[in-house]
Amino acid sequence: MCRIGAIKSNEYVHPSKALLLMRSQQKGHDNSGFAMVMQDLGGIFENYKDLPTLSMACTDEGIKLAEDILHKIGFIRVMQWSPDVHPAPELTIEPMPHYVFEVFQYPKSYKHATKEEKEELLVNTRLKLRKELEKVEAGFVYSFWPDVVTLKEIGDPQDIGTYFNLWEENNDFTAKIITAQCRQNTNYDIVRYAAHPFFLQGYTVLVNGENTFYEKNKNFQKKLHKGYIGFESDSQCFLYSLHYIKNVLKWPLIYYKHTITPLPFDEIEHRDDKEILLKIKASLAHLEINGPNTIIGVLPDGTMYTCCDSKKLRPVVVGQTDDTISITSEVTGINEILPDRDWEKDIYPHEREMVVVNNDLKVERWQQ
Amino acid sequence: MATIKVNKLSRDDLPWQLDYNSDRCTMCGRCVASCPFNAIEAGVEKRRKITSSDVTPNPKANFLTVPIIKQVVDCAYSCRGCGICEKVCPNTAIKPVRNEDERFAIKYRGILADPYKRGGRSNLNTEGRTLDKIKIGRISQMTDPSLDAQRHTFDMLAPLGRILPPEQIPFEVQDGELKLAKKIPPVRWVYPIILGDMSIGALSWRMWEAIAIATAYLNQEIGLPIRMCTGEGGIPVRLLRSEHLKYMILQIASGHFGWNRIINAMPEMVEDPAGILIKIGQGAKPGDGGLLQSKKVARHIQEIRGVPKADLLSPPNHQGLYSIEESVQKMFLSFNAAFKFRVPVAIKVAASATSVSVYNNLLRDPYNIVGGFFLDGISGGTGAAHEISLDHTGHPAVSKLRDCYLAAVHQGKQGQIPLWAAGGLGMTGNLAADAFKMYSLGANGVFTGKLILQLAGCVGNDSGKCNACNTGLCPVGICTQNPVLVKRLDIDKVAENIVNYFLAVNHEFKKLMAPIGNSSLPVGRSDALVSVDKSVADRLKIQYAC
Repeated sequence: MCRIGAIKSNEYVHPSKALLLMRSQQKGHDNSGFAMVMQDLGGIFENYKDLPTLSMACTDEGIKLAEDILHKIGFIRVMQWSPDVHPAPELTIEPMPHYVFEVFQYPKSYKHATKEEKEELLVNTRLKLRKELEKVEAGFVYSFWPDVVTLKEIGDPQDIGTYFNLWEENNDFTAKIITAQCRQNTNYDIVRYAAHPFFLQGYTVLVNGENTFYEKNKNFQKKLHKGYIGFESDSQCFLYSLHYIKNVLKWPLIYYKHTITPLPFDEIEHRDDKEILLKIKASLAHLEINGPNTIIGVLPDGTMYTCCDSKKLRPVVVGQTDDTISITSEVTGINEILPDRDWEKDIYPHEREMVVVNNDLKVERWQQ
Repeated sequence: MATIKVNKLSRDDLPWQLDYNSDRCTMCGRCVASCPFNAIEAGVEKRRKITSSDVTPNPKANFLTVPIIKQVVDCAYSCRGCGICEKVCPNTAIKPVRNEDERFAIKYRGILADPYKRGGRSNLNTEGRTLDKIKIGRISQMTDPSLDAQRHTFDMLAPLGRILPPEQIPFEVQDGELKLAKKIPPVRWVYPIILGDMSIGALSWRMWEAIAIATAYLNQEIGLPIRMCTGEGGIPVRLLRSEHLKYMILQIASGHFGWNRIINAMPEMVEDPAGILIKIGQGAKPGDGGLLQSKKVARHIQEIRGVPKADLLSPPNHQGLYSIEESVQKMFLSFNAAFKFRVPVAIKVAASATSVSVYNNLLRDPYNIVGGFFLDGISGGTGAAHEISLDHTGHPAVSKLRDCYLAAVHQGKQGQIPLWAAGGLGMTGNLAADAFKMYSLGANGVFTGKLILQLAGCVGNDSGKCNACNTGLCPVGICTQNPVLVKRLDIDKVAENIVNYFLAVNHEFKKLMAPIGNSSLPVGRSDALVSVDKSVADRLKIQYAC
């Protein structure tokens, strides 16, 4: 089982907070790994917000392959950072030889390119890198996007933290949004790509759950967008649906909930927007989810949200202070990182609710 | 040695033989009076009985003439095994028994140059049912919990109508909300089982009415939005003008029977029909048209259809000036237009090796005129068809339904033309299980006919019992227009049985959805299925289990 967590703050936050958030929930996950996506970066990445950052874990060959590909396309590296690693025999971790976080300048030919063209280039490049590295088993390419870094590893989350020295707070490696999860295996196999959070074109999603409509979702999504690949985890479908609703169809976020957990017909019947909801329910029937699920997502603009399956079969809680909001599976996690908050303001979203946090940390509760 | 007439039809040639016990028979005559086929008659037999009344044995032979019931040995009046005689006999003195060594199919052709049977069911069920080799094998446990069939709510409706992909829906965002900029094809959400298309004509008016009553009751009292398809042959004008029309899917087939009345009634309709179903083919007699033999064309049928008493044949295909495609296309457009694009128009075809091509063509049609693909398999029934057609042509529905679904998946068009499947569903008594497996294989819904007849008291089966649907002599008043036979049917009881059956089905659906953890229909969720037969598993692309 998974436990998921997210922190969104006015201030830059160090990943140790995310480790802390997840540690007390460890009885609920199996400690098989640690994965996190950091967005709206501070520290050494703060001055490169508009430039794409590549997050990759790979072998020597992988580095070379990736650099060749990027060079050929015309990307120019402007900054490179690798975390200091602290190997020790007692640590439970299966590290990759290299963890690469590199910031690139767009190719010269993209000087006058539109935002959409640049985004298209980044997605295509990441997919190409992933494909080429996969072919020779030379590593994993997690994200290639401005102001985003991703780290995923197999092992005990506590030890992974120690290995990357993430327990020790500093100002170099921080972000205003961190999403994290401490389980690396799927029900089937241990695959790095299967670890949440999943990321595509500015959208991040992590899920605690079992998507029993995985096959339906997958069959449908495979044809929708070139970025909808992998499907190593049934939870990737939640990211692809979010991306499809927001990025491809350009529908308002509320329709994400209407798509994945449509209202029952009895309820739709009494709504003013009945016609719209029925059309969505029919047209996107294959994006409906089922089974127990809690989702936390982040949009490219930094908006964070959480919602559940239509029967609320998985827990989630939102806790807040003036400068930080945390969404996570169990309140124990929030108690660790926000011990002084007013817990009476904690939100336990119900099955028809979306809790949405904007960049001013304003929390809205949308009823489906 | 005695001579015999070996070429004459004899009792041991017949598929059904009478098992009669004259000791128990009181000669009340009920069996003879109730046999619609005149396959039994009263007669006499000579008996020799030895008695001795002296103190010492002194046997005497007494010859008696005993009245008995005997079987008629005649091609035209052969016993069909319906068992009505057994049902009415107060003393269990009589019943038909299957004759395993019969030669009727050969003899009949030899004598009358005609097949012995027209209509009913396919009687060559030698292969075993595919659906019985499939189990719902993916059970939710532990981290993905099962639901509670009693406590949780379940959404179980299926679309009827053309579904547009989201990018084709003319949505506009206004103040953070989607608005529909213009009208798009209608979609109706209905119960995922349609009561299958059997016409007034094929059915007795009482049987048809009973289904209509059950449909209305299920909708209005139980809240199950179940729809009934009329079959080709029109419907009573009174119903066309009533609010109950909204529960009816009007069928049009190549004979266009009954459409005159329907079109004339349009200005007076207070409700739209639930849909229009254009029948191109039927699973039980693919490539063959409809047939209502003149013996069933009673006065009220002549009235509704506007025809004289004659064999009523629907041609094998829809006639057009230029081509079949053109005529079907025109039909779709006309019906869409006739109801001002408010009523979904669907198509029914016989499952065939070519079904995927047909489905693909419809999926790619840019005008979005087809609102449902009804696929009918070989195990369906029919009021009348040539025996050769019924028993030897056709295609099973299960793999073809799966093929069509996967063809749509391949193009990313699944769900755009809802798939409805039929043909032998519920044959073993459990429609919910069969339907559920079909949904998981990709069907949005199913339709059922024979099962409804079974519920009404049809005594036939798929092993050659009764199957006299074409004769106009249905012994239980279901498939006949003979007023005496029709009277045997208790309309209210039939409606009640249908309603009760669907209450059970509705509950059984929940009992299947709950363990796989789904609160809405698992259309296309074939990962929920396993097959205990490797070849079935491979063919349907589901997990093999042993």
